[in-house]
Amino acid sequence: MKFVQIQEALGDARLQNAIYSATARMAEGRRIRVAEMPDEFQELRQRAHDIKQHTLDHIDEYLEELERNVVARGGHVIWANTGKEASDFIVDLARQRGVNLIVKSKSMTSEEIHLNDALESNGIETVETDLGEYIIQLAHEKPYHIIAPALHKTIGQVTEILQAPADSTAEQLTALARAKLREKFLQAGIGITGANFLIADSGAVVVVENEGNARLSSSAPRIHIALAGFEKVIPRAQDLEVFLRVLARSATGQKLSVYTSFLAGPRREGEPDGPDEFYLVLLDNGRSRVLADRNKRHSLACIRCGACLNHCPVYRKIGGYSYPWVYSGPIGKILTPHFIDAPWLPFASSLCGACAEVCPVKIDIPKILLELREEAPKSRAEKLAMRMFAWVMTHPRIYEKFSWVRRMKKLPAAGPLKAWLEQRDLPDLPQRSFREQWRDRR
Amino acid sequence: MAEVLERAGCEIDFRPDQTCCGQPAFNSGYPEEARRVADHFARVFDGAEYVVVPSGSCTSMLLHHGGAGSRAGEVAAMPPSRLSVYGAEAGNAAGSPARPPAPRIFEFSTFLTDVLKIDDVGASLDRVVTYHDSCHALRELKIKDAPRRLLSKVRGLRLAEMDAAEECCGFGGTFSVKFPDVSGAMARTKIESIERTGADTVVSIDSSCLMQLQGVLSRAGSKIRTMHLAEVLASR
Repeated sequence: MKFVQIQEALGDARLQNAIYSATARMAEGRRIRVAEMPDEFQELRQRAHDIKQHTLDHIDEYLEELERNVVARGGHVIWANTGKEASDFIVDLARQRGVNLIVKSKSMTSEEIHLNDALESNGIETVETDLGEYIIQLAHEKPYHIIAPALHKTIGQVTEILQAPADSTAEQLTALARAKLREKFLQAGIGITGANFLIADSGAVVVVENEGNARLSSSAPRIHIALAGFEKVIPRAQDLEVFLRVLARSATGQKLSVYTSFLAGPRREGEPDGPDEFYLVLLDNGRSRVLADRNKRHSLACIRCGACLNHCPVYRKIGGYSYPWVYSGPIGKILTPHFIDAPWLPFASSLCGACAEVCPVKIDIPKILLELREEAPKSRAEKLAMRMFAWVMTHPRIYEKFSWVRRMKKLPAAGPLKAWLEQRDLPDLPQRSFREQWRDRR
Repeated sequence: MAEVLERAGCEIDFRPDQTCCGQPAFNSGYPEEARRVADHFARVFDGAEYVVVPSGSCTSMLLHHGGAGSRAGEVAAMPPSRLSVYGAEAGNAAGSPARPPAPRIFEFSTFLTDVLKIDDVGASLDRVVTYHDSCHALRELKIKDAPRRLLSKVRGLRLAEMDAAEECCGFGGTFSVKFPDVSGAMARTKIESIERTGADTVVSIDSSCLMQLQGVLSRAGSKIRTMHLAEVLASR
C-alpha cells in the first residue's frame, strides 16, 4: 500500500525534523513530570481509567443528570445525532440572533463536523483564536496534531502566513496575532468552545488551555456555545482532581494548564461577566456505535492529550496528514474505523505498545487494533495465505521441507519479498539449519 | 542458546516437531489460524519442564495470547507475568486435571537470571555493544534489566546505551510488508540512535528486530553488525 501523504511526509527532511523534534519535546516534558511522581502517576492513571470506564458503562444516567443541571443553571442542551444537526443548529442560531462574526477556541470536535465550512458557507465569518489553529486556518489547512495543530510549521512559514515582517521573532508574531484577535473577540456575537470535561453533578463545562483565548471566547461574546462529544461527561466535580493532573502532564509536561475554566450557564444576577445565553451541543455523530461495542468502548475514554501521538514511532514518521480523519496517531487509528471507511488503518502499526504505555486513561490501543484487524475485510489471497501458514505450521514434516529456501543463492524478488527488499537487504542465511546441526551433534 | 544453557548445566531437549508460536496470524487479524498453530505448540511441548524461547515477542504471544487460544477480543488483559503457566487454561477447558503440569515458558535472558540465577555465563567478546529493547519484551514482559546484566558480565564487552533504546525498530511483522517504506524509515531513525553510541554491534533478544536492523544497516553500507544475545553469551 502506498499513500501520497505518507510518501510526502517521508520524503520531506525538514518536515521529518519538525515532527520528530516537536513530539520529542512534548514526550520529554511528560517524562520529567512523571518522574517526579512515578508511583502516584500510575495510580492516577488507574483511577482515571476506572472513572472513565464506569462513566461509559452508565453514560445514559450521567448525561441526563448533566442536562438537568445545565438547564437548572439557565443553559440549553442540544442533542445532535449527526455533525450536520450540530452545525445546522449553530448556523440557525447565528442567523436568528443576527450574528455575522464568531470566535472559536480550539475544538477538535468542531473540526470533526467541519463547522467552519458550514458557517463560512452561510456567510458567517469564523475566526480561530488558538494561535496554532489561527495559523492553520489562515493557511487553509487542518490540525496536524491533536494539541499542537501547527506543529509542522516553521517560524518562517508562520511569518509568511501572518504576513509579518521578515525575521520576526516568535514573540513578535504572537503579539501580531494577539492584536488582530483581540478586535475579533470584542466584535463577535457568538463564542464557540469545545469542552475537555462535562461535569454531570454541576452542569459545568471545563475547558483547559494555555492562551486565555477559550476564556475570552466564552465570556466576551453575548452567546457561548460549547460543542462536545457526549463521551466528555464525568460524574463529579471532584473527579477533575484526577483528570486535570494526568491531562496537563501527559499533554505538554505541565503540572497544570495555564487556564482551567469552569463555565456553567449564562451570567446570573450580580455576576460581573459571562454570556447572556449558553448552549451545550452534545454530539453523537457515530459515538453510539463505539459505545455499543463492549470490547472497544474504552476508545471513548480518550481525553485528547496527544501523548500517544508524541510517543508513536509511526506518527512521528508519517505525520498528521497521512491519517484519513481529523484524529491522527494511535487514538485516531482506533476511532476512525468506526466513523469512516478506512479498513487499512489498524494495520498501519508495528504494535509496539508505546501508546498504551503512556495513555493517561489506559486505553489498551494495541489490543483494540488487533480486534479491528480481526474485523477488517480481508482479500481472498491473504485468507488463503494465512490458512496455508497455519497448515504448514501444524505439519512439521512439510515445514522442514521449506529449508530448501535457505540454499537458494538469490530469492525471487516478488510479492511481499519485493516490498521488503525495497527498504532492506535480506540477512545471510546459514548453510545448515539448526535442525541439521543438532542432528549431527547427537 | 543451546550451548549457553548446556554450559549452565541444563539438559536440552530439542523437539523437532516445533514450528511457530502463531503470532504472524494473530497479529494480522486471524486468531483462528493462530489458535491452531498455538495448539500445535502446546502439543509439541507437552511434558517439558521449561520451554526457553530465544524471543521476547514469541514468549509474550505464548503467555498472553497463545495459551488462551481465543479470539483477540476474548483474551483477558492478563498481568504481564513471566511466571504465567502456559496452557493452564487450555487444560482446564478440556476438563482433564490429571494432565501433567504444563511447561513454564521463559524468554532466554530471564530464564538465565530468574530461574538459573546466573548473571555471568563466562562469555567473552571484545566489542562495543548497544542493546535494543524489543517492544514486546519491554512492554509486555517488562524485560529491561536481565539482558543488560548478562551483557555487563561479558569480558571485553563494553555496553553503550543509546538514547532511543526503547523505540521500535519498525519491524512489526506483516506491518513491514504492508507499509515497507514507513517500516524502513522507522529503522533508519533507530539506526541513527545506534550510530550515535559509537557501538560496533547492536544486540537484542529478538531475531525479528535484528533481521530488520541488519537489513537496513546492510542497505546503508554500515559496518555495524547485529547479534542475538545468545550469540554474545556463547562467545569465548
